[in-house]
Amino acid sequence: MEFGLSEDQTLLQETVRRFVAEQAPLDLIRKIAEGDAEAKQTIATGMDELGLNGVVIPEELGGAGLGMLDAVLVQECLGYGIVPSGFLANVVASSTLSSVDTGLAQAIAAGEARFGIALNDLVSRRDGAGLSAENGGLSGTSMMALSAEDATHLLVCDGEGNLHVCAPEDHQVLSTIDRTRVFVELKLSKAKSQMSVTDDRGALARACLLLAADSLGASQAMLDKAVEYAKERKQFGRVIGSFQAVKHLCAEMAAKIEPSRALIWHAAHALDMDEDEAQVMAFLAKAHMSEVATFVARTSTEVYGGMGFTDLVGLHYWFKRIGVNRQLLGSPAQLRQMAAVAQGLAAA
Amino acid sequence: MDLTLSPEYTAFRDHVAKLLEENAHLAPGPEDKGLKHPKRLAWQKFLIGEGLTARTIPKEYGGYGAEPDILKSRIIAEEFARSGVPRPLAGQGISMLVPTLLELGTPEQKEKYIRPTLHGEMIWCQGYSEPGAGSDLASLQTKAVEDGDDYVINGQKIWTSTARQADMIFCLVRTDPAAKKHHGITYILFPMDTPGIEVRPLVDMTGSANFNEVFFTDVRVPKSGVVFEPNKGWQVANATLTHERGMLGDPNATKARFVELVELMKRETVNGERLIDNPLLCDRLMALQAEVYAMQANGLRIMTSRLKRESVGLAGLVVKLQGCELNHQIAGLAIDALGELGVLYGDGEHLRSEGSWQWRYMYDLGLIIGGGTAQIQKNIIAERGLDMPREPKPAVRA
Repeated sequence: MEFGLSEDQTLLQETVRRFVAEQAPLDLIRKIAEGDAEAKQTIATGMDELGLNGVVIPEELGGAGLGMLDAVLVQECLGYGIVPSGFLANVVASSTLSSVDTGLAQAIAAGEARFGIALNDLVSRRDGAGLSAENGGLSGTSMMALSAEDATHLLVCDGEGNLHVCAPEDHQVLSTIDRTRVFVELKLSKAKSQMSVTDDRGALARACLLLAADSLGASQAMLDKAVEYAKERKQFGRVIGSFQAVKHLCAEMAAKIEPSRALIWHAAHALDMDEDEAQVMAFLAKAHMSEVATFVARTSTEVYGGMGFTDLVGLHYWFKRIGVNRQLLGSPAQLRQMAAVAQGLAAA
Repeated sequence: MDLTLSPEYTAFRDHVAKLLEENAHLAPGPEDKGLKHPKRLAWQKFLIGEGLTARTIPKEYGGYGAEPDILKSRIIAEEFARSGVPRPLAGQGISMLVPTLLELGTPEQKEKYIRPTLHGEMIWCQGYSEPGAGSDLASLQTKAVEDGDDYVINGQKIWTSTARQADMIFCLVRTDPAAKKHHGITYILFPMDTPGIEVRPLVDMTGSANFNEVFFTDVRVPKSGVVFEPNKGWQVANATLTHERGMLGDPNATKARFVELVELMKRETVNGERLIDNPLLCDRLMALQAEVYAMQANGLRIMTSRLKRESVGLAGLVVKLQGCELNHQIAGLAIDALGELGVLYGDGEHLRSEGSWQWRYMYDLGLIIGGGTAQIQKNIIAERGLDMPREPKPAVRA
């Protein structure tokens, strides 16, 4: 009985944390937001060097042979530094494909295959979105695909909920509040399905949990920044952090973040153990973390006062990261409904 | 991360489950009222004998004498919750005074008080809060003046649970009015039948008197009742306050209430539709389920830190604030889901769950305030957890 991180996991966390702090400072993130492709490549190269894309791929296929809990720890660090990366998409694709296509898994681990994922249609279809699989060809559009802009492969879902691997075709970039990451609308016309997997929402649950971990990291960063600022900024002759009005805002953020961290670890472990409750926990973890993160995004900005509203300190990049994560792959209300359905408390 | 139990602990769980199942007939029922009902005392004696309570307290003081094992304690608590068999006694004497005496009591005090307290033969109440000393407990004014081998006590306490039934009180009194407020307090034990003590029940918003006010008028008590040293009472009390906060916000109790709420919403209907089928109510239920999962996971994390003797940190500091709030919200949703029937209270044919949701909704608000208010908890989280500066003290006028 041990609820916590192993030494290896702590080490992994420290390694990625250091990478993020040293290799992905806000200045670099700003460049990426302005469309600097070289800056974006710096991060991708660094992550390849750390072998992060193969985290959940078995060792015999060239990966690290670790689990979702490890992936969640990495994603939390990336969220902390609002690092744009293909990590989430690669983890979701490789955990889905490792057992069915060892060649693709090896290619992901080696950095040769870079996946984009388009799973939004499993949760939410608007503006005619949705892919149909007919005669081996995938056609239609899919909204808010992740890491698809420079992918070598796509993991997409059809109207029946089956997953397919196909080559990228046309897409249109969707302009969002978050300029650091690229989201696209996929446009497929009889794209060849290279492989089809019946998955029963396992990939969706993993993607949701990774987004939750990302928001956890971003929330922790916003709290840390707010606390640091509150200890320096003086008004009325005192640091503002000594006013209870400010202190209580910070305490409320911490009080909501800390149990969320335990929830996300637990949900990751449940996925690794393939427990019955795993999907329910993953959906609820994202729903809950999104609510907490939204509160933190707004509250930490308030602690910063007027400076929080400016572009100078860049706090808004975290605010927007959290805001987009919240709506990706299911808003909190949609995920709560899915959790109710998954445990038989509501009709599908 | 490993949430499985080793064979030793699985065997221990089976052992506890079997013990409780086979001996459930010895347990007191709801009709066996009164803190000292013979059946209650016999049940307590049985539980101590089997190491299901007072587990780590030395045998010489009437405990079971086992080595501390957090995991075994947790298994025992879970098995009581699962089996529904009445739990061991857990008054403030057992949960707060006994640990204090074990740490700081004289040999005579340990010898005299621990055994009967554990066995439920000696009931205690806690004399801490006063009308003018709530969150600022250290400003308490109940005065104890030395007179030979005695102290003479005058003043008033409030929020004293079980004061009417108590044989003894562990009390904070001011023995040095000239010292700074934290340095003039003494922790003292004395019998509740000492002349000059008056107990008045304090009816609260639930309609019952869960607490009392206690008045002291020239109450003469022997100095031998002092625990540790005179004027060191603040340190003595702080050891036990940590204990009290740990008790509030138990995630297993919260989980049990949540399960009750789910059953209620599946069972009850409005306009021919099950409550759970109302999307808005179901949404609120799912939001609470996420929080219940989070607090349970947080509890497991805390337990692991304790097992490894590591600092629990923020995860521990937030338990009282988050746990009490969550309980309150669970009761609030049950009342909303029950609609106009949710306000029924007392008795009557339409009453649901014996009115317990309303009772909890009110009592839980009391717990949000008691044992360190939510606002005090936030100060603690900010100052100890986030290392934020303390509120500057206003200049005190002479």
